[in-house]
Amino acid sequence: MSTPVLRLEKVRKSFGKEIVLEDITFTVPEHTATVFIGASGSGKSTLLRCVNLLDQIDDGQILLDGSDISAAEVNPDEVRKKLGMVFQSFNLFPHMTVLENIILAPTKVQGVSKEVAIEEAKDLLAKFGLKDKAQQYPDRLSGGQQQRVAIIRSLARHPRLLLLDEVTSALDPVLVNEVLSTVKDLKEEGMTMVLATHEMGFAKQVADEVCYLQNGRILEWGTPQQILENPQLDDTKEFLRRVHDAGRL
Amino acid sequence: MKDKSGRGSNNGATPYDFGGEWTPSELEIARRLARKKKNQRSALIAALSSFLVLGTLVLVIVTSPGWETLRNTFFKWAYGVEVLPKIILGFGTNAMLTVIAGTSVALIGLAIALLRTSRSPALTPFRFLATVYVDVFRGIPMLLVILLVGFGIPALQIKGLTNNVLVLGTIAVIITYSAYVAEVIRSGILTVHPSQRAAARSLGLSNAQTLRHVVMPQAIKRVTPPLLNDLVALIKDTGLVSILGVTDAVRAAQIQTAKTFNYTPYVMAAIIFLLVTIPLTRFTDRMLRNSLEKQNAQGQA
Repeated sequence: MSTPVLRLEKVRKSFGKEIVLEDITFTVPEHTATVFIGASGSGKSTLLRCVNLLDQIDDGQILLDGSDISAAEVNPDEVRKKLGMVFQSFNLFPHMTVLENIILAPTKVQGVSKEVAIEEAKDLLAKFGLKDKAQQYPDRLSGGQQQRVAIIRSLARHPRLLLLDEVTSALDPVLVNEVLSTVKDLKEEGMTMVLATHEMGFAKQVADEVCYLQNGRILEWGTPQQILENPQLDDTKEFLRRVHDAGRL
Repeated sequence: MKDKSGRGSNNGATPYDFGGEWTPSELEIARRLARKKKNQRSALIAALSSFLVLGTLVLVIVTSPGWETLRNTFFKWAYGVEVLPKIILGFGTNAMLTVIAGTSVALIGLAIALLRTSRSPALTPFRFLATVYVDVFRGIPMLLVILLVGFGIPALQIKGLTNNVLVLGTIAVIITYSAYVAEVIRSGILTVHPSQRAAARSLGLSNAQTLRHVVMPQAIKRVTPPLLNDLVALIKDTGLVSILGVTDAVRAAQIQTAKTFNYTPYVMAAIIFLLVTIPLTRFTDRMLRNSLEKQNAQGQA
């Protein structure tokens, strides 16, 4: 079996006295999607931020393509070149056009020539139905369009692994679907992903593995069918029931 | 009519072209008429009340027993015009000082702001010094700094150090204003949301690249109105170097006044300053309003 893209081993993270993640161990093989579900504050976002080295872990190990990225001597900038991250609140740069947002990292970080970067950005925009938005500023786009631009911005760097942090939570139901179908397309193309989401139906469609996170621990994990349709633990059942009542299943 | 409203009809593709088809209903016409009447009445009341208040004020001033003396002391226009060239010449010094000091202050202020917001361990001692510098020079009157630098440095009698009061005065102004401007720019840097940094860093940009391409463009845009405000203050405060004997507009007016004991030259100098600062203030206000409006619009989106 080949080396998994991502492997976490007994990762622990606390903010002061508050333990946010504890004993987190999981593996993400190439071309698979691992989806984290759980209530707000269960540690999903922190988990993704730790993988991206935006937050520092307190214990354990994070392995990217088999090499330890949680080691003290690792340069975060080098690690992040392999990772794409998409945030709940889009975080596009408001002073740049859509095109400028997308080509910033390829031209400044990866040394791609401007012409090539623009060419590729335009291809990606066309592929995701945003061809005519290239010269717009982000505040002229709908939330769904902004989030798709944010995803494209991550893709333009050809990441080894894409981290998606509740990418639909700030969107209304109509816009949610356009973003979700974009993510589904990526999955079909073989992108390796780790997602945190509140959308159970979506989790069912893209996930190879679903992990239920509660109070910073992975309580239950398995295939989407196992976790979402036939959960074993009362906590998982209770969570899914509450999500169902809120109309998100 | 349709041709003139170029906005909607230039490409014919926009779905929002109402040109010509729509005529207001009876209800709307009546409403517009009522609004117009209301506006006319408001305008009439405003004009009447202004006339009454201002008229009374002028009447009281002009008929008061001291008016003649007051006018001869402060507003002797013939004398004012006579000394005007000398004051304008003096104002040239203020203008030059503003340009030189303004440019230096912008650069030094930016450097200090970057230093104070950086987290590099190598810069720790400089960060400490910058903090002390800002605390000190924001906390003492500029006049004191001008006196200390302008009279203090020549008193040291160090060879090679200038005794030119104009140069020393400019340095004093730069020292003080850099501290203010550094804080304005720093506050701008701090208002850029941390999520913008997080996004830039997760795209692989280094700290310096994040600053250069993401943080600073947004920060500078936000602090431009307050910086223009500081520019207005700087123009006025260049008058303070007159205390060192620099012949600026204030000093030129003072020289004339000392000769005749008539204060009209001071008023002339004040008018020259106002001619520059009022338009700049209006411009700043408008810019601030625009940027606030834009910010609010973004908040709604």
